Amino acid sequence: MLLLVFLAGPILWAFHASFTNAALTGRNARSPAWVGLENYARLFADPVLPLSLGLTVLFVGGSAILGQNILGLSIAVLMRRASRSVSAVVGTAVVAAWVLPEIVAAFAAYAYFSRDGTLNQLLAGLGVGQPDWLYSFPMVAIILANVWRGTAFSMLVYRAALDDVPGEVTEAAVMDGAGGWQRLAYVTLPMIRGSIATNLMLVTLQTLAVFTLIWVMTAGGPSNASTTLPVLAYQEAFKFGDIGYGTAVASVLILIGVVFGAAYIRLLRDPKP
Amino acid sequence: MTTAARARRTRRPAAHGYRSVAQQRARIPADAALLLIGVSFVLPLLWLLLASLDSGAGHQTRLPEELSLANFSAIMTTGLLFQPLWNSLVLSAGTAAVTLVAAVLAAYPLSRYQSRFNRPFMYTILFGTCLPITAIMVPVYGLFVQLRLLDSMPATIFFLATTALPMAIWMTKNFMDAVPVSLEEAAWVDGASGLTALRTIVLPLMRQGLGVVFIFVFIQAWGNFFVPFVLLLSEARQPAAVSIFSFFGQHGAVAYGQLAAFSILYSLPVLALYVIVAKGAGSSFAMSGAVKG
Repeated sequence: MLLLVFLAGPILWAFHASFTNAALTGRNARSPAWVGLENYARLFADPVLPLSLGLTVLFVGGSAILGQNILGLSIAVLMRRASRSVSAVVGTAVVAAWVLPEIVAAFAAYAYFSRDGTLNQLLAGLGVGQPDWLYSFPMVAIILANVWRGTAFSMLVYRAALDDVPGEVTEAAVMDGAGGWQRLAYVTLPMIRGSIATNLMLVTLQTLAVFTLIWVMTAGGPSNASTTLPVLAYQEAFKFGDIGYGTAVASVLILIGVVFGAAYIRLLRDPKP
Repeated sequence: MTTAARARRTRRPAAHGYRSVAQQRARIPADAALLLIGVSFVLPLLWLLLASLDSGAGHQTRLPEELSLANFSAIMTTGLLFQPLWNSLVLSAGTAAVTLVAAVLAAYPLSRYQSRFNRPFMYTILFGTCLPITAIMVPVYGLFVQLRLLDSMPATIFFLATTALPMAIWMTKNFMDAVPVSLEEAAWVDGASGLTALRTIVLPLMRQGLGVVFIFVFIQAWGNFFVPFVLLLSEARQPAAVSIFSFFGQHGAVAYGQLAAFSILYSLPVLALYVIVAKGAGSSFAMSGAVKG
């Protein structure tokens, strides 16, 4: 029941509201009028939407699919080779960034990437140039920050998956003279195919919804250079007081989530060979 | 290593893979690579720690000229620290409690009675875990405006509970499946109703699992920034996450040391809870259990 009221309700209301000109203030706040597809027409004519969609794809692709996924897998694979104490310490460090409340992680990342922050201190030590990351390369900064924050999830999933790979199989590969890379590519990775798919899906959906990190670090700026869809929806609805329009943006985001979610369920339903 | 020991090693089933000489050699680069990753993960956190002890802190990571607790004492005021933390506690504990009750009631029939609705229902729940909550927030705000529920603690608790519910039901059901049914059947024979059996037999047996679910939801609610940020307006009701943001966001780049100190105090409970869960139930229990189903 709760689920119905609070999850389905807003979604239905969302689609309804996106057809109205509801606003935070003024005449339209109390009695929204039905404006049909006007919001969507405006949305698709808005030059910010393709930009924002592109940035969202870039953010999810760079941060989730490439960054967190590959780094998480690498850490998990390395952990099986490294000595116990090292993996324990590093595992703790990675998980710590993930367990911290999002607002704290966002502030830490903000300080790290700011003009006189830790990253530029390091670069100065190496004698390389020190750009102002949050202004010149905001996307690079938030993608890296989100990789830092979210990799732990992939790492945990892959560690569990690698532990399930039976030792006999890898041993047989060793007997056949397969090297480390060959073992990984031809034996281990195909065996954890299911986990890889699941993890990709979940991480994508989590990254799609990231708001706080971006909001604290760049607030979507400078001049929309890091406005992903959640940030755009928030800005339209609360900064410019146009709930209907913001909801239209949110509806687009929900639809993307629904597509990915449905794909994920299909994956789970298919009996894994 | 003696020969006997070496023989024991090779006879042992290869739980940790096959330890050949080549693998021993591969260990050093693997260690080095891992340490490098670990260091890059620790650096941003290091700033937090050092800045909180440095009365003149900026963005830089540096050793404080003198270690001082001035930042901590500066924020130890009711309005700044204790009220928001108390709000966070009420919000998180309330959310976890509501979620737990709802999850148990939902998971019990799912776990005990075979009906043809079970599978679709479970998939719907899973689907619910997938939706980007951020996307729902704008319409939820609109809904709250319509229902006149804005700035109300109970309503926010219910909404947070709802967003946590799919995952909680999923976990609760997995824990419940581990409790053997035969005990309940004995209770039913003795004339106990379903709910009585649930209360007196099943729940005590899955105490640990319930604790895990509770803590899991609590951690999520404690760290949540966006939901209270949108739904709670008055300062007196805002949890710590929001008050950090509004305090330091509005006053511009000032007291980084205080910000860091506040962040640390605010993060400690969650870190402690996480350690409790991780110690009690193996490392990747929640994730693998939730993901594998």
